[in-house]
Amino acid sequence: MPNTQRTPGVVPGRLPAGAYDQNFADMVAPLDAHEAAVAADRCYFCHDAPCTVACPTSIDIPLFIRQIATGTPEAAARTILSQNILGGMCARVCPTETLCEEVCVREAAEGKPVEIGRLQRFATDTLMTRGVQPFARAAATGKRVAVVGAGPAGLSAAHRLAMLGHEVVLYDARAKAGGLNEYGIAAYKAVNDFAQAEVDWLLQIGGINAQMGQRLGQELDFDSLRDAFDAVFLGIGLAGVNALRAEGEDKSQVRDAVDFIAELRQASDLSSLPVGRHVVVIGGGMTAVDAAVQSKLLGAEDVTIVYRRDAQAMGASAYERDHATAHGVRIITGAAPVRVLGNGAVAEVEFAYTETGPEGLRLTDQTFRLPADQVFKAIGQTLKGAPEGLELAGRKIAVTGAGRTTLAGVWAGGDCAQGGDDLTVTAVAEGRDAAMDIHAALMG
Amino acid sequence: MADLTSEFVGIKSPNPFWLASAPPTDKEYNVRRAFDAGWGGVVWKTLGEAGPPVVNVNGPRYGAIWGANRRLLGLNNIELITDRPLEVNLREIKAVKRDYPDRALVVSLMVPCQEDAWKAILPLVEETGADGIELNFGCPHGMAERGMGSAVGQVPEYIEMVTRWCKQNTRMPVIVKLTPNITNVLYPAEAAKRGGADAVSLINTINSITSVDLDDFAPQPMIDGKGTHGGYCGPAVKPIALNMVAEIARHPETAGLPISGIGGITTWRDAAEFLALGAGNVQVCTAAMTYGFKIVQEMISGLSDYLDAKEMALPGLVGRAVPNVTDWQYLNLNYVTKAQIDQDACIKCGRCFAACEDTSHQAIAMGEGRVFTVKDDECVACNLCVDVCPVEGCITMRQLDKGATDPRTGTVVGDYANWTTHPNNPAAQAAE
Ligand SMILES: Cc1cc2nc3c(=O)[nH]c(=O)nc-3n(C[C@H](O)[C@H](O)[C@H](O)COP(=O)(O)OP(=O)(O)OC[C@H]3O[C@@H](n4cnc5c(N)ncnc54)[C@H](O)[C@@H]3O)c2cc1C
Ligand SMILES: Cc1cc2nc3c(=O)[nH]c(=O)nc-3n(C[C@H](O)[C@H](O)[C@H](O)COP(=O)(O)O)c2cc1C
Ligand code: SF4
Repeated sequence: MPNTQRTPGVVPGRLPAGAYDQNFADMVAPLDAHEAAVAADRCYFCHDAPCTVACPTSIDIPLFIRQIATGTPEAAARTILSQNILGGMCARVCPTETLCEEVCVREAAEGKPVEIGRLQRFATDTLMTRGVQPFARAAATGKRVAVVGAGPAGLSAAHRLAMLGHEVVLYDARAKAGGLNEYGIAAYKAVNDFAQAEVDWLLQIGGINAQMGQRLGQELDFDSLRDAFDAVFLGIGLAGVNALRAEGEDKSQVRDAVDFIAELRQASDLSSLPVGRHVVVIGGGMTAVDAAVQSKLLGAEDVTIVYRRDAQAMGASAYERDHATAHGVRIITGAAPVRVLGNGAVAEVEFAYTETGPEGLRLTDQTFRLPADQVFKAIGQTLKGAPEGLELAGRKIAVTGAGRTTLAGVWAGGDCAQGGDDLTVTAVAEGRDAAMDIHAALMG
Repeated sequence: MADLTSEFVGIKSPNPFWLASAPPTDKEYNVRRAFDAGWGGVVWKTLGEAGPPVVNVNGPRYGAIWGANRRLLGLNNIELITDRPLEVNLREIKAVKRDYPDRALVVSLMVPCQEDAWKAILPLVEETGADGIELNFGCPHGMAERGMGSAVGQVPEYIEMVTRWCKQNTRMPVIVKLTPNITNVLYPAEAAKRGGADAVSLINTINSITSVDLDDFAPQPMIDGKGTHGGYCGPAVKPIALNMVAEIARHPETAGLPISGIGGITTWRDAAEFLALGAGNVQVCTAAMTYGFKIVQEMISGLSDYLDAKEMALPGLVGRAVPNVTDWQYLNLNYVTKAQIDQDACIKCGRCFAACEDTSHQAIAMGEGRVFTVKDDECVACNLCVDVCPVEGCITMRQLDKGATDPRTGTVVGDYANWTTHPNNPAAQAAE
């Protein structure tokens, strides 16, 4: 008998065959030419535009929208990509509701911002489907730079460095480039293998030698890299995860949400991916929402996110929380896990309600249990594998200015480095700015 | 990236986009910022003669017309020429030209219709290092009442005379700016050419009243309960300007006279249209006043992409549409088209139906489920439906092949034939 949503345990194929394609289709449909024209017409071409100020990569948003409005989407794409080479991915994954669109004057005036993200996608898709790389490399400088980590930060740095005429070797521990664009972002945000298509397109600039399966600390030695290259950029993200510190955490089917998502992103056939009937996700950020929603879309019967503080404190924006609840995910706030119960595999999780007192968050005596065949931990990623000798600031690599670490000739950016939100767009900005600083330092 | 370098009457600029003589070019601060933003050149706000400058009203100067989304479509103003002292303007012009040698800097002038007045001011302008002068015969308000501006611009003999004085008294190229407030733009254009003008620029603003205050019963802008006509500009005037430019470009007497196109230019596309109709460069005022100097970036990228896509150089675009501007009687009456509606793009608003059914030829049918289709046997191909449709590209005109029968007239589409030889034309019959 085929599996259904009510089949107990963690099993694949809970849904009828056709449902997967439908569930994992583009979350936000692309604009067609008419829709883009109408959307672009709403922009007021503000002076010193708040949207541009809010964009971590400072894309000249009114200019690119005007270029769309005047029928030149490729010029619009160049405006975007000259600031943000991953403008295509950012158009899909940026939480625009808390960035550019939040501050759009039309959000203030009418509660309906200009659809900046979708317009950005319209422009970048137009250019990228033609397959051309709009940037050319400057004359060779003879300088060589190692970029470690091929996520948004590393890709952005590598592209900018190559464009400025440097030779780049781009290393990554994983089998594919893209970082969390490839292994982390929710599948319905970047359909049709967009992450790899974007990497391939980006590498067309030339001068970037991408070497996968090279892990710093294993295949790659930090000191040798520093010797062999004129500069090193680290964009290694946050490869570790926080522990739950709840009793029974080691039971089977208690997993890191990021691993589950990576597996999902790499699955060639989603109907073969097992998912629990009752899924519990612990955490309150984007990762929690993505793990929960995608579990639901895979056919879990019920999915609950449990977060220890109140909704306002969640890393996930109101928009993302609505996205979760609209997909049938239940969100419980103000509760923390105390025990994972079950015989070998998880069967239930016991939570205690929390209370905020003078000494911070504390557990109350009031508890409840949720049935769970599968538990995803999404309580934050941590820096892992950063080379010895680098000073840290809190739990990240300490940097000053445009990503200068405490070691000469070593820069860092993206999630692994101090400062900024952990977002794709922030990583792109930091990678780009570090590249400019490396260029300035190398060219004297 | 196409090469947008432009040369107009010997004046070089990095692109063909100049700011027209108006508030954006009224002082050093503005012009420096305009050049920094990327404008290829400016025509400095019109200077008057030495002595106490003119004064402007101290109440509102502008009236406006808006489209949907409160998009500014037309602006009217009652401003005069510069109200700052001549020597201040001259000093600033010199400083700006010194710091931006690669940009075009032309100075607009309007002094009384006496040779001495022109002889007095020309050397002062020459001394600034400016690249040329533009004679403002266009200003429709205030100055005309003082015997300058469009008062001169409406009398071809005066245009010719003043142009000649200037050509005789300066080595700088002379551009004559034309007023549209005349019945036929060819007369002033021909006069400018006879006077030796290096170029004409057009259009200046159009006499207008944009609106009336229905509580105070006065035209706007209203100054203490009264209003006066002003000069109209902005996107709304573009069609008028394009026609005047085309007329000058194709008229045998004036063909070849360089034209600086002005009037409603807001996007790269507007600019390209002026260039195609024979303008050697363009000037912009209202669009910059509405959106700021930054719009020039869109004009630059847009024109450049267009030229690249067409594999065309800028000079190849100038005048390219002029041979295709003709008189009505030469249009091919055997060019037969029919509207067709793309059902996938149609949003079923029914505006095409209302337009055709109520006011035209009853050639659109409304079927079950609001499906709108064209009746080929009624469609006269007027294309009103295309123009009222809110979805660009949804309704298009399809050409009938030669040899096909037009279901409306029952006639077979033949070779080119126009009104001059049409049997219904009495003149054509008389010629037989
Ligand atoms: C599940 C999830 C969903 C997210 N959704 C969004 C979203 O919708 N929108 C958004 O803006 N942001 C989102 N984020 C955050 C965003 O993905 C990150 O901020 C962004 O990817 C950071 O880029 P980065 O280049 O710094 O790091 P990463 O993308 O993590 O890339 C780091 C790269 O370094 C490599 N690496 C790590 N260690 C080593 C080593 N020792 N040697 C060699 N290579 C190494 C990794 O393999 C990886 O390819 C999400 C994050 C997660 C986890
Ligand atoms: C406020 C204002 C003042 C103007 N002053 C002058 C002037 O001093 N001299 C002149 O030649 N034209 C003047 N003009 C006309 C403009 O140079 C230009 O010819 C006209 O506005 C049409 O272009 P546009 O549609 O791009 O605005 C003025 C226009 C405006 C709006
Ligand atoms: S804030 Fe909104 S209206 Fe203003 S420029 Fe940005 S997108 Fe356009």
